[in-house]
Amino acid sequence: MVVHSIEVTVNGEPRQIAIPPSMTLLRLLRESLALTGTKNGCAAGECGACTVLLNGEPVNSCMVLAVECDGAQIVTVEGLAQDSRLDPVQQAIIDAGGVQCGFCTPGILISSRALLDRNPEPSEEDIREALVGNLCRCTGYLRIIEAVRLAAQTY
Amino acid sequence: MAIDTHPSLPEFEYIRPATLSEASEFLANHATEARPFLGGTDVFVRMRDGALAPRFLVDVKHLDGTGDLHFDPRSGLIIGAAVNMNRVIASPDVQAHYPLLAQACRTVASYQLRTRATIVGNLCNASPAGDTIGACLAFDAHLHIHGVSGPREEPLSSFFLGPGRTVLKPGDIVTAIQFPLPPAGCTGVYLKLGRNRLSDLSIVGVTALGGPDAACPSGYRFRLALASVAPVPFVPAAAEAYLAGNALSTETIHQAACLAAEACTPIDDVRGGARYRKQMVRNLSERALLTIWKTLAAQPAA
Ligand SMILES: Cc1cc2nc3c(=O)[nH]c(=O)nc-3n(C[C@H](O)[C@H](O)[C@H](O)COP(=O)(O)OP(=O)(O)OC[C@H]3O[C@@H](n4cnc5c(N)ncnc54)[C@H](O)[C@@H]3O)c2cc1C
Ligand code: FES
Ligand code: FES
Repeated sequence: MVVHSIEVTVNGEPRQIAIPPSMTLLRLLRESLALTGTKNGCAAGECGACTVLLNGEPVNSCMVLAVECDGAQIVTVEGLAQDSRLDPVQQAIIDAGGVQCGFCTPGILISSRALLDRNPEPSEEDIREALVGNLCRCTGYLRIIEAVRLAAQTY
Repeated sequence: MAIDTHPSLPEFEYIRPATLSEASEFLANHATEARPFLGGTDVFVRMRDGALAPRFLVDVKHLDGTGDLHFDPRSGLIIGAAVNMNRVIASPDVQAHYPLLAQACRTVASYQLRTRATIVGNLCNASPAGDTIGACLAFDAHLHIHGVSGPREEPLSSFFLGPGRTVLKPGDIVTAIQFPLPPAGCTGVYLKLGRNRLSDLSIVGVTALGGPDAACPSGYRFRLALASVAPVPFVPAAAEAYLAGNALSTETIHQAACLAAEACTPIDDVRGGARYRKQMVRNLSERALLTIWKTLAAQPAA
């Protein structure tokens, strides 16, 4: 089997990695780089637990091949905080009580962060639409939506 | 028995051809073993399910012209194969001239999936439920295709052969979709009935587009396209002809909606029964046409 060598910047750190073509970005992050904040919920594009930023835009990392990320910039949940200061969406989801088991939280944080980057003043409808691809089995979503609204105010 | 709920992708080789000619040649030479892909949101799922096992996946996202999105006030809109749906939705030209297309894209899956999913992938996948197919049919789009004997163009109206089947031959790569200028004064709507309000595959999808047209006895020309109620999305021609030939009224619209429902050949599946689907086609077609009629009536006469 052909092995590809790719260069990818993950959370600001350049990496050179050899990978098989069938490896997804999700597996690259979790298994090769031990960045296990990004979760594997369905491996099928449905749940959003694996959401990361690829060149600034959110993607389901289970639906992207690692080999396609040669030269790309990736941000995972581990890359949201700056110098031990939480990102506003992280602080807000704590303050709003939007975390229960926490499995969906990394994906929710990335999707929310991406929403606020493209639309700093989202309506409730905008927030709901942006989080359609992030399933949460615990919270009932209301506190998550509240958290994004809160984060928008502190941006 | 252990059930693997997170199956990995089966092994394959990743091919990234440098040119369209190289890509067509490779695909033609490995007709049964190679598959082109764009966002991979259909291909990867089917590979994981074991429904597809290509030896070569051929990435065509970087090839000539596939990244363009361009509107020309004389010739219309061209969207490269690799342009993802979020880019289509955000395009001011699409919003200004083809809002129906943006509306249809917004019903597909989720924001993060649409960072990858493309309109051309949606068309080539030829699913009966493809949400953007109706808008592309309604605007009379055609496809730019690169094959082993070079580039050619084909109308979308004769592109689909059946579920998952198109006229594409080994070596053919769709490079772009082109939309003529929209009919003057037209307005459109896509009504998607899913199990939830956003993000699910459609049980029924109704696309309607209408505008003034002096050449039609009724003074209006309507386009209709129906998804998830036949082997592939299709245009109910009898309903369109009825709307063109009869003065617009709530009764005309009701009759046209009944004709649309009659033209369907839906199946029973997990998402809905055939009888239910037919009734929903009638109801949603009627609702879509009434919405458009109301919008057109409120516009100042041209
Ligand atoms: C979780 C999830 C939710 C979804 N929800 C929806 C939904 O709501 N509505 C909907 O319509 N679809 C939905 N889909 C299906 C899919 O996302 C869409 O059909 C999408 O538009 C496919 O685009 P793609 O670029 O990812 O295609 P790919 O997977 O890359 O390709 C699709 C098909 O086209 C062929 N192909 C790709 N590029 C070319 C080319 N240039 N020339 C010739 N053939 C080509 C491939 O071989 C393949 O058969 C969903 C998928 C997932 C995983
Ligand atoms: S693990 Fe990727 S969407 Fe569920
Ligand atoms: S907090 Fe448990 S899935 Fe969201």
